[in-house]
Amino acid sequence: MTVTADPVRQQPAPPPDASRRLVDRVFKARELAVALVLVLILGATQLSNTEFLSEQGVKDLLLNATILVLVATGQAVVVITRNVDLSVGSVLGISAFAAGIHLRDGGSPLVAVLLAVGLGALFGVLNGALVSLGKVPALVVTLGTLYIVRGIDSIWVGSRQITADALPAGFVDFGHDGIWVLPYLALLATAVLAGVAYYLRSYHSGRDLYALGSSPEAARLAGIPVRARIMTAYVLCGALAGLAGALYLARFGNVDSATGNGYELTVVSAVVVGGVAFTGGSGTVYGAALGALLLTSINSVLPAIGVSSVWVTAINGFLLLLAIAADRILALRVAAALRKKAARTRSARHA
Amino acid sequence: MPDATTTTMAPAVRPPALARLGGAVRWDTAVGVLLLTLLVCSFSFVDNFGNALNLSFLIGNTLPIALIALPMTLLVVSGEVDLSVGSTAGLSGAVMGALWNAGMTIEAIIPLCLLLGVVCGLINGLLVTRLGLPSLAVTIGTMAAYRGIAQIVLGSDSVTDFPTQYLDFGSGRIGDTFVPYAAVPFTVLLAVAVVVLHATPTGRSLFATGAGEEAARFSGIRVKRLKLSMFVTTGLISALTGVFWALHYASARYDNATGLELSVIAAVLLGGIDFDGGKGTLGGAVAGVLLLGTLQNVMSLTNVSAQSQIVVTGVLLVISVLAPRVGRQVSEARARRRTRAAVVPPSPRTS
Repeated sequence: MTVTADPVRQQPAPPPDASRRLVDRVFKARELAVALVLVLILGATQLSNTEFLSEQGVKDLLLNATILVLVATGQAVVVITRNVDLSVGSVLGISAFAAGIHLRDGGSPLVAVLLAVGLGALFGVLNGALVSLGKVPALVVTLGTLYIVRGIDSIWVGSRQITADALPAGFVDFGHDGIWVLPYLALLATAVLAGVAYYLRSYHSGRDLYALGSSPEAARLAGIPVRARIMTAYVLCGALAGLAGALYLARFGNVDSATGNGYELTVVSAVVVGGVAFTGGSGTVYGAALGALLLTSINSVLPAIGVSSVWVTAINGFLLLLAIAADRILALRVAAALRKKAARTRSARHA
Repeated sequence: MPDATTTTMAPAVRPPALARLGGAVRWDTAVGVLLLTLLVCSFSFVDNFGNALNLSFLIGNTLPIALIALPMTLLVVSGEVDLSVGSTAGLSGAVMGALWNAGMTIEAIIPLCLLLGVVCGLINGLLVTRLGLPSLAVTIGTMAAYRGIAQIVLGSDSVTDFPTQYLDFGSGRIGDTFVPYAAVPFTVLLAVAVVVLHATPTGRSLFATGAGEEAARFSGIRVKRLKLSMFVTTGLISALTGVFWALHYASARYDNATGLELSVIAAVLLGGIDFDGGKGTLGGAVAGVLLLGTLQNVMSLTNVSAQSQIVVTGVLLVISVLAPRVGRQVSEARARRRTRAAVVPPSPRTS
């Protein structure tokens, strides 16, 4: 009974491989599309305003994108597991202030950054615990923690604010300077991005996050420790939001109780525009980073070509709608193609 | 033998009775009781709470949330959500201001604004039902898009010179009572919504759709059309709220009603409407709205800072979604243990 059954089952192995490749190709194309739009927009702007891509211009583009890229990377990890973290803006604000207070009192920059990251991770643990233990919709819980963290931040900060002259000069310089056109902050963000991408692509627990997002039930039945993985995603997201807070402090040198207010929507937009689907299980952090770069570039492009900045919000919204509609149509196409392929192999087997 | 059956029967009979007792105290009833307690306490212990002026302020400030909570409840019951309500209200207010500046009469402007709300809802609904996109993603997109359009339409102007009789309607109260004029149309809308949700086939269809969309479709409910009509209704009421907002605060600005969607959703969820759809009552939703509104009013009167109020809102929101689910999980775990206890003893006998 155990020995005789197999030979017929060997044959259909290649087709899934081929379809797998098709899916892969489509999603690579998705990120290429964002990159292409980005290049087109930047190119067109450069044509109409030759100052735009000067050395300082490129540096500003990268600097503006850095913080959003970091937060979007963390958010992408959470969205891949079919959850969402709306509290990132509040966490960014409170960690930036914590780091600022530490620096103002003469602490070392490294400790300040670690403090911000730790505080972010702590709020990540809170979110992760609420989402995974309570099995409560992530949107609602993190909406609650958005309020709670913002409230705590406002009570703690009050009307105080941290300004650049209270910070050590080295820390502020770190926020502005760089190697040629590459700011240190952007290099740091790229390193973090590559690390997270490698984790998601090549580690067992990283793959689990995708499995969890594709089908939570199947993932549970396959023995994936669901709660631990959701916790990992939220802690990572919180820690990156904290790190982004510290970098925000370095970049702008100015933090008050409203820092990061409403940031969550920009972050979610960036992630979705970059091809990380709300329905979980697809997309990459590189895509999310590209989405972030695209959104912040539009912010710089509009003034450069003389369009009033009142258009920014509307354009971001339309981009988001366009991205999710395109994703949906793409997904339907892929599903149809896969079905056709499956039907063909089935009839071939019967012939 | 008889001894064994009685011991297995006894624990099996008692807990269901307890569970039924626990089940009788529904979440929305609990919120209602909480609201009553809060009202009684405030009337007796909080200075200035009971006077007509304060009560009319309370109701006037709560009305926008209460208005949108009506269609939002129906929408969430059917398993969808609309985050663009605040932006739709803002857009309708901005268009109202722009058209008024352009010299139109207010009697012509208000129907146009309502029509605009219908269009906004239609866009949301079509994207969700025809393209099959998640409503969360769509309405985050349209939230940015509508707000952006509002900003384009009105810029940073604020329009305040609406006709006096309309402004009086928006902010005045009937004689010396505490009832604002606007509470009268609200009561009518509330009655309509209660009848629709709880006493018509449409309402039953909404519950059926939220509980299981597939099953609802197979039982002959036109799910897509139903959801589309709910999105349109939500858009219409949001636009109406935008008009009311501009009159009540005597100011039409593009950023009117920013963040209103969060208050509405917090109140609706607090009122026991299940975010997954298929459960909830309008009574609960209204109780949730009034509870949040009263709490905020009382906290302002007792000099609790605005920041602490944010924390309280957040904590309430988290508790309101966490408590029922944790309760359900505990009772499920208890039920599992009980069935295991009831099933295991006889098995050695039969084998």
